[in-house]
Amino acid sequence: MDVRLQMAMVFHLDKCIGCHTCSVACKNVWTDRKGAEYMWWNNVETKPGTGYPTAWEDQQKYHGGWEQKNSQPDLRMGRRELRVLNIFHNPHLPKLDDYYEPWTYKYEDLFDSPEGADQPTARPISMITGNYVDIEAGPNWDDDLGGSPVYAANDPNLDSLTEEERAQVFEIDRLVFFYLPRICNHCINPACVAACPSGAIYKRGEDGIVLINQEKCRGWRMCVTACPYKKSYYNWSTGKSEKCILCFPRLETGQAPACFHSCVGRIRYLGGLLYDADRLLDTLHVPDDKLVESQREMILDPRDPQVREGALRNGIDARALEACERSPVYRYVKQWKMALPLHPEFRTLPMLFYVPPLLPVMAKSEDGLYDTANAELFSPIEKARLPMKYMASLFAGGNQELVRYALKKQYAVRMFKRLDTVGDVDAAAIKRGLEQLNMTGAEAEQIFRLTALPLFDERFVIPSSHREQALAMLNEDMWAEKGGAGFGFRAAPVRGA
Amino acid sequence: MHNNLLYIILPYTAFTVAVVFTIYRYRKDGFSYSSLSSQFLESKELFYGSVAWHFGVIGALTGHAIGFLFPKSVLWFNGVPVRLYILETTGLLFGLLALVGIVSLTVRRATSSRVRAVTSKMDVVVVMLLLIQVSLGVYIAVFYRWGSSWFVTSAVPYLRSLWLLQPDLKMIEPLPLIIKLHIVNFYLLLIVFPFSRLVHMLVVPLQYLWRPYQIVIWNWNRRRAQAHAPQPARQPAGVASSADEHAAEGRPVFTR
Ligand code: SF4
Ligand code: SF4
Repeated sequence: MDVRLQMAMVFHLDKCIGCHTCSVACKNVWTDRKGAEYMWWNNVETKPGTGYPTAWEDQQKYHGGWEQKNSQPDLRMGRRELRVLNIFHNPHLPKLDDYYEPWTYKYEDLFDSPEGADQPTARPISMITGNYVDIEAGPNWDDDLGGSPVYAANDPNLDSLTEEERAQVFEIDRLVFFYLPRICNHCINPACVAACPSGAIYKRGEDGIVLINQEKCRGWRMCVTACPYKKSYYNWSTGKSEKCILCFPRLETGQAPACFHSCVGRIRYLGGLLYDADRLLDTLHVPDDKLVESQREMILDPRDPQVREGALRNGIDARALEACERSPVYRYVKQWKMALPLHPEFRTLPMLFYVPPLLPVMAKSEDGLYDTANAELFSPIEKARLPMKYMASLFAGGNQELVRYALKKQYAVRMFKRLDTVGDVDAAAIKRGLEQLNMTGAEAEQIFRLTALPLFDERFVIPSSHREQALAMLNEDMWAEKGGAGFGFRAAPVRGA
Repeated sequence: MHNNLLYIILPYTAFTVAVVFTIYRYRKDGFSYSSLSSQFLESKELFYGSVAWHFGVIGALTGHAIGFLFPKSVLWFNGVPVRLYILETTGLLFGLLALVGIVSLTVRRATSSRVRAVTSKMDVVVVMLLLIQVSLGVYIAVFYRWGSSWFVTSAVPYLRSLWLLQPDLKMIEPLPLIIKLHIVNFYLLLIVFPFSRLVHMLVVPLQYLWRPYQIVIWNWNRRRAQAHAPQPARQPAGVASSADEHAAEGRPVFTR
């Protein structure tokens, strides 16, 4: 057993209001720079929809992620030798136009235009060339356009549906959509790391954060193709690739990442997970629809004495273990089985999990009202508005049972609390429902608390990183570092000649 | 006198500048070593330009290097006319490939407004020098036949004499002007090398072919942590980690 610690995340989609505050927080802190204007390390997209970059989930087009080849996974982007030759021209690189051309407005014209019969306007200009542009796409271009035949209809996940089911999704008076905020998943089997010819991308042993060493990156752009989530971006100005860093400078000082901290819907949870790195290849050696469970298996119980022993042996200290015990992510993912990874079939073992949204699923009931009177507690879920197949294609590698279970659990908790507060539901039906899900009233209460009323430090349980100890272990002599100026860039990262 | 300047002082200066400033730049500003790819901004035309250029120029440079390193073998090889034709044609093809590539790259750089946005003054200098160099090379290959043989008996002895610090110009003095231009332009390229994007050729990622896929970097020393930690309970016999199994089966190691 090789026990490792991973900073893992849960996004509770039922709570996301699609406000994009997270995206803006991230943009302000990290990507408001030349060459990075078009990057949204955090973006929020509407589902059904095509997302950012357009149709990123379509791996026929982008060739990202892994394929299982017998017992060993290999990158979908072609043979290893060929990848080295492809540095001259990467055949599967997404282009700027797959994202959008970043623009600003020529505000000076508002002030400097000569007097005339017309009001001056500020025309849009490209942030790359400075030329006038017609704006044709943006990072959330299909925001809220859940029913649009131009955008939503091209959602790759709809491929799994029959014609009839598709028609249902687009019935105009029953339109439904939800928001999907996305950041880098800080995967256990990151495709970006595996694809980097320079070996510049690495996973941090102490917390699993995946980083690109800007000094070592030579701009071969293979990670951009390899990441199936398109969360590694090429900076066209510096000639280096960049990605979400999970705000590690904030984490190391005990603060939540900017997007987590600012999240208005409080949908985001962050905490440690322990996993067994030795099981990596075995975990992946299963068919797509078994991947979620297999990944859950890989996650270890921080209270198990054997696990604790293994953790200590790997340098994970007792205080970090204590934080893992309180991890909200462990509860949602492993204990409650309510949070699922996005597109597990890409086989990167993503460490960001989503609680699938209940509301749009439920909205099918007649007259827009929820049917709470039915004796069968879960009948509204069986009549789901968004086909379960669609949800399973997003979150479970096609395994509908897992999504259904997660939704039923949310619904059961809701009804359980309704019994408490409103009292107009059948207590016996709720009891039956909880039993069906193997859930106690106490667990329902816990889920309710962590979902609806969590405090800041219940949502974010950040093990302290103890860099001072790490330093002591690396260097024999701590005094050598005394008065040091720290690590990192001493000059602005500007493009070479 | 100007012969000494062009063929002795210039090459030594160029070589020194190239070596010293390449190392200096790597240590001082290693960040700037990048392919500076513009494929993200424009991909279609780049395909023809970049692929043709890189394969062409790598082939042509390899040819020159073989002549320089193994002159005798080249002469011996060319002793049979058919082999000489084959060598000459191959060289010419690589040259043409490089020429097509660099021309199309230049056109692309001049016409695409997005690519122009990432074009520096040094890029213009480099492209000009390369255009000249490759055009001269192809011209020489076409009009001064059997270069693969005379190259090793004229330019190579001269270059070797430079290398041995006993410059000897008598073999190249009689060469036609065009060929001399090709040589001098090469020295100019050497001089701009460390100050331009050309340095990216030094960081070609061949190590990728044999490294494990996954890279993990610890900020602590795992061995020392393991030495200080309580000893593990004995594992039941026959239980090995999957990494061990893969190593035992001779499959490439996936992660470390
Ligand atoms: S989501 Fe993409 S960029 Fe992030 S770790 Fe996974 S493969 Fe790498
Ligand atoms: S800030 Fe939170 S609620 Fe708002 S869009 Fe982002 S994830 Fe959703």
